Amino acid sequence: MRIAILGGTQGMGRAIARALVERGDQVFILGIEPEELARTAADLQARSPSNAPVGYAHCDLGDTATFAAALDAAQADLGDLEGVVVTAAIFATQEAMEADVDRAERLLRLDFTNTVVFCEHARKRLLARGGGTLCVFSSVAGDRGRKPVALYGAAKAGLSHYLESLDHKHHGDGLRVITVKPGFVKTGMTAGLKPPPFAGEPTAVAKTVVKAIDRGSPVVYAPPIWRWVMLVIRWLPRFVMRKIGF
Amino acid sequence: MGAARKHEETIAGWGNVGVPGREVLSERLEPASAEAVLCRGLGRSYGDSALPPPGAREVLGTRLADRILAFDPESGRIRAEAGLTLLELNRLFLRRGYFTPVTPGTQFVTLGGMVAADVHGKNHHVAGCFGSDHVRRLKLRVADGQILECGPELEPELFYATCGGMGLTGHILEVEVDLKRISSPWIMGESRRIANIDHFLEALKDASSRYPYVVGWIDCLSRGKKMGRGLLDAGRWATPEETAGKALPERPAITFPVDLPSWVLNDYTAKAFNSLWYWKHLPKRREGLRHPDGFFYPLDMIRRWNRMYGRRGFTQYQCIIPEAAGRDGVVRFLDFLTGMGGASFLCVIKDCGPESKGTLSFPMPGISIALDLPVRPDTQKLVDALNELLIAEGGRIYLAKDTFTRADDFRRMDPRVERFEAVRDRWDPERRLRSAQSVRLFGDPA
Repeated sequence: MRIAILGGTQGMGRAIARALVERGDQVFILGIEPEELARTAADLQARSPSNAPVGYAHCDLGDTATFAAALDAAQADLGDLEGVVVTAAIFATQEAMEADVDRAERLLRLDFTNTVVFCEHARKRLLARGGGTLCVFSSVAGDRGRKPVALYGAAKAGLSHYLESLDHKHHGDGLRVITVKPGFVKTGMTAGLKPPPFAGEPTAVAKTVVKAIDRGSPVVYAPPIWRWVMLVIRWLPRFVMRKIGF
Repeated sequence: MGAARKHEETIAGWGNVGVPGREVLSERLEPASAEAVLCRGLGRSYGDSALPPPGAREVLGTRLADRILAFDPESGRIRAEAGLTLLELNRLFLRRGYFTPVTPGTQFVTLGGMVAADVHGKNHHVAGCFGSDHVRRLKLRVADGQILECGPELEPELFYATCGGMGLTGHILEVEVDLKRISSPWIMGESRRIANIDHFLEALKDASSRYPYVVGWIDCLSRGKKMGRGLLDAGRWATPEETAGKALPERPAITFPVDLPSWVLNDYTAKAFNSLWYWKHLPKRREGLRHPDGFFYPLDMIRRWNRMYGRRGFTQYQCIIPEAAGRDGVVRFLDFLTGMGGASFLCVIKDCGPESKGTLSFPMPGISIALDLPVRPDTQKLVDALNELLIAEGGRIYLAKDTFTRADDFRRMDPRVERFEAVRDRWDPERRLRSAQSVRLFGDPA
C-alpha cells in the first residue's frame, strides 16, 4: 500500500509508519519540523527490507494552508495515494485549558476543525482515484462527556461524528473510513501523565491499527480492551457520572 | 484519558528495590536532556544506577527516542538514538545477517544503557566490551549544556569515561557502532555438565579457546567435592550449510504474573532449583543448532522474572576474581559464599579477557561470578563480607548490578575512580549529573 501519514514523525504516527514499511508498504510522512522529518525518514528507510528512501513534506495541523500542497507532494512521491493516516493532534489537560481559554480554543481548532479540513482534502483525493483508506485517530475521550476531558473529548466527539458520517456517505464509493479510538498510549504526547490501567505501548497499538486498515474495520479501539471499558462507561447513568471522577 | 494521580510514586531498578521518584519519557532527547540529571533506558540495571538522587526525584526515560538515523548495509555501521533497544535491533537485523558485536544476557537494554554500563557478554574473551571496544561515536550532552561528539579519537578521555561511566559524564543522545556480519541467524552450540570447580575452570579455558561465546552456570550451594558443579555453554554462529536455510522462528514469551511472597525463595527451594537445573542436563555433552534467543537470553523468555523475589526485591552480586588470585581465589570465594548460606538461583561464571579502555569498565582478566541474592535483613552484611574478601583478592564489582557496596569499599577495590573523578571534575565540577548510585558510591551531592 502507498500511504501518507500526517503526524508520522513521532508517537503513534511513527509507530504505524514503522509497522507499514517493515512489511514492505510505501509511506510518505507529513509533519512540522524539517529535521525531525528527516530523522524519522532515515529511521523508516533503515527498517525497510529494501532500504528504500522515505519521502516527507511540511504540513502543519495549525495551518490549513499547508494541507493541499503536502498531500500533492505525497501523491507525487508515492505515485498513487491509496491511504491517508492522521495521527497528528495536540493534547492539554482539562485544568490547563480551563485556566487558559486561548489554549482551549487552539486545541478545539486543531483537533476538530483543522483535522476535519485535512480529512476533506484527503477524502477528495481518495474519491477521485476511486476510493482508498482514510484512517484517523480520534479518542475514547469522545465516546462520552466526562469530567477530566470535557474540552478534548468534545473535539474528539465531533471528529468521531464526522468520520462516522463519512463512512455512511462514501462506503459505497470505495472509501474506507477507519476511526481509531485509542485509550491511553505511552507516547511523547502523554509523557507528563501517570499511565492509568490498560495503558498501551505504541508498537502494540500500531499493530492493532494496521490490522484494522487491512480489514477496513470502521471503528477500532486500541488497546482493544477499551471497547469494553467504554461500553460500560457509555451505559453508566448520569447520576453515577456526576459522582465519579473518571 | 485518566487524570494524573498524585500519591507518592516510586521507581526501581530490576532488583525491585524502589526509591521515591519517577521517570519522564521523551521522544526527543536533545531538548529533554537540557535539565535532566540522569538518563534511564529500560531500567535493567539491578541496583540504583538508573535511579534519581534523593534531591532530584526525576530521571529522563530514553526508550521512546529510538530512531535509527543511519545504517550502511556494506559496513554494518549503524547510528541510532540512545533509546533504541537491543530487542528491536535484533528483531530488525538478526535475520538480515547483522548482530551487535557484544550482547549482555538480556535484550531488554537500550544502546545508551549498553554504553553507560560498557556491557560485556559471552564473547568478552575475544570481543571486549560494547562501548569501549566497538562504539565509534557518541553524541553527548555534557553538564554545562553543550552537545558534542566524542569517540576513540575525538575527546577520547571523555569518551572512555562515558563507556562504563553509568551516565555520569554526560547524557548519551546518539550511539554509532559497527554491527557484525554473521554467517547465519542460528547458533551452533555445545553444552556440557561438569562435576566440580576444578574441572569447570579448565573447561572454561578450553571452551574459550575454541568458541567465541562461552558462559557457565554453577551451583554455588553444593559443597565439598561437588563444589562448583554446573553447566557450561559454548557456541558460535552456525554456517549456512549447518542451518540448511532453516528460517528463524519467533520465540513465545510468558509473563511472571505476580510478586511471589518473599518466603517462597529460601535455602531449600534454591537448593532444589539448583539440583534440578544441574540434572536437567542429563547427557554429559550436547551439541547442535540453538535459537540465539535461547542461547543469549534464556531469562528473557520469562518477562518480569524479577517478581520471583517478591516485594522485598533482590540484588545481584557480580565480581571478578582476578587471574592473579588463580584457582585458589575462586575456591576461597565459593567456600566463603557457601559458608554464608547465601541462597542463590543461577550463579553465572565466565572467564574474562583483557581489560578495556573504559575508565570504569568492569571486566578484567579473571573469573567473573554473578549471583542473585534476595534482599533480607542481613544482605548488607553479606555484601560487606563478600566485598572484604574481594578486596583481599584484588577483584572488583560491576556497578550495573550493585545496590549495597559502601563508598569506602568501592574506592579500595577500584583505584581507577580517581581518574574517573578527574574527568568529571573537568566536565561537571558541580556534579550536576548524578544518580542514587553516584550519591552512594562517589559521594555526589544528594
